[in-house]
Amino acid sequence: MPKKRVAIVGTGQTYHKSHRPDVNGQELINEAVKRALQDADLTIKDIDAVVIGNMDHFEGINYVDCWSVDGSGGIMKPVIKLTTGGTTGSTLAIGGYQLVASGFFEKVLIIGWEKNSESDTTGAITTAFDPVWDRLVFAGAISGLAAEAQAYMAKYGATEKDAARVSVRDRKHACNNPHAQLRREITIEDVLASPMLADPIHLLDVCPRTDGACAVIMANEDCAGKITAVPDWIWATANRHKYTYLGDVNWGELDSLAGASREIYAKAGIREPKKEIDVIELYQPYSFAGIIWIEDLGIAERGKGAEYIWSGATDMGGELPINPSGGVIACNPIGATGLIRCAEAALQVMGKAEARQVPDVNFAISTGFGGCMWSDMLLHGKRKPDF
Amino acid sequence: MTAKENLVIESKGSGQPFNYAVGMYGSKFFKELRENRKLLGTKCPKCGKVYVPPRRVCGECFVEMTEFVEVGPKGIIGTFTILRYAFIDPETGEQKPVPYGYGFIRFDGADTLFQHYISIEDESKIKIGARVEPVFSEERKGNVKDILCFKIIE
Repeated sequence: MPKKRVAIVGTGQTYHKSHRPDVNGQELINEAVKRALQDADLTIKDIDAVVIGNMDHFEGINYVDCWSVDGSGGIMKPVIKLTTGGTTGSTLAIGGYQLVASGFFEKVLIIGWEKNSESDTTGAITTAFDPVWDRLVFAGAISGLAAEAQAYMAKYGATEKDAARVSVRDRKHACNNPHAQLRREITIEDVLASPMLADPIHLLDVCPRTDGACAVIMANEDCAGKITAVPDWIWATANRHKYTYLGDVNWGELDSLAGASREIYAKAGIREPKKEIDVIELYQPYSFAGIIWIEDLGIAERGKGAEYIWSGATDMGGELPINPSGGVIACNPIGATGLIRCAEAALQVMGKAEARQVPDVNFAISTGFGGCMWSDMLLHGKRKPDF
Repeated sequence: MTAKENLVIESKGSGQPFNYAVGMYGSKFFKELRENRKLLGTKCPKCGKVYVPPRRVCGECFVEMTEFVEVGPKGIIGTFTILRYAFIDPETGEQKPVPYGYGFIRFDGADTLFQHYISIEDESKIKIGARVEPVFSEERKGNVKDILCFKIIE
């Protein structure tokens, strides 16, 4: 159990774009940090420790914890780096939570960032996989996701059109988010007519590559309420890994997310997630995941994910809006992506999500996804946790 | 084993400063593949699951596996994709020739899937559940490329 309850008291994001040649990594990080401090009305002197991360082999520059200190504000403070692939941002959030919950630090600054424009993302992702058994045929994130989509379609009869509906939703939502990279609506026909990258995934089914950074400030229960009137309380976190090689994956179901969500629901006493959760920021790197993974979350029954999407329930104004920010399909600075999900969920709880605000949010979920189909998850709440 | 043999990761004409150990189990797999065109997995003494590629530990049961079992060489497509977008292969620094079939093959007698190329001469036949067999290389060196690809069998 946590020694101290923990809340998010401020967030900051850069204006994410496909290419930010106007800033280097350290300057990009600084943009997000300044905005988070401003949002919480704190100064860097108030921060007790910094947790920072990205996929350092993406840019080919290691040890961001060291070289970024001018921009991160980490000079002469405890700084640690976390790098866990696609989940980097969500792991940063969980790591920051644990530092504050432990009682060792009162206020922690958490930073995720990436400059995907400075590297070859597919090549870099491939180097995260086994050189002997995985790399001969592996082709970055899209190849593994395509294998998942094929398995799911063969089992449940979902179609490319069903998946396109998810892309249309997220791209529509992104128009309400000034921080999203892709802010133009698309149609189902646009998705189906876009180039086939890896069957059955079209170009408009997948996330872009983005330059961007996100910063989140977490504080313990002794000071959170003094910093902001409506803190975003972290109720629970969970993390699951299951496989070594891609050939071991139970394709078509995301066991790690199912496991993580059951732990979260049990911790918080949630029995009917569809009714009790008000909004989800899902780390959904491609459209098919919007159908499959809501089944793993217990939001839709097995094989019924597409039906739930078509009902409009996950659109803004629906029963359970998913990705009011536009999600990963509209913006993907990889090391920041999971932390953006966390920050966006926090904005929803704090009532600061502006044009993308879902009304009356009491509980929000944010997730992270990575590599060999592993998952992170956080439960955010308006009320201070009972435990 | 009389002489120490290294697994060579080929990068066309360029050398790479990496020397990966494949371990005793991986070595046994590649030796059988090279010399006898046989494919080996390991079987968990607790849950009975057969893993290919072979490995020492069943992660689910967290017990050591010592029993090798022969699998395949025929099997089915467990899942697949056809890669159509061009990308730089970090192993060679060159563009990977696309399109290619990326198969997850379930060898007869195995529980996990083995990743390799699938021949896509007739794309309409590439389906989950389709029967496949490996096409072995005539000159085998003891690595995963000793199988050229898998092809659909009727």
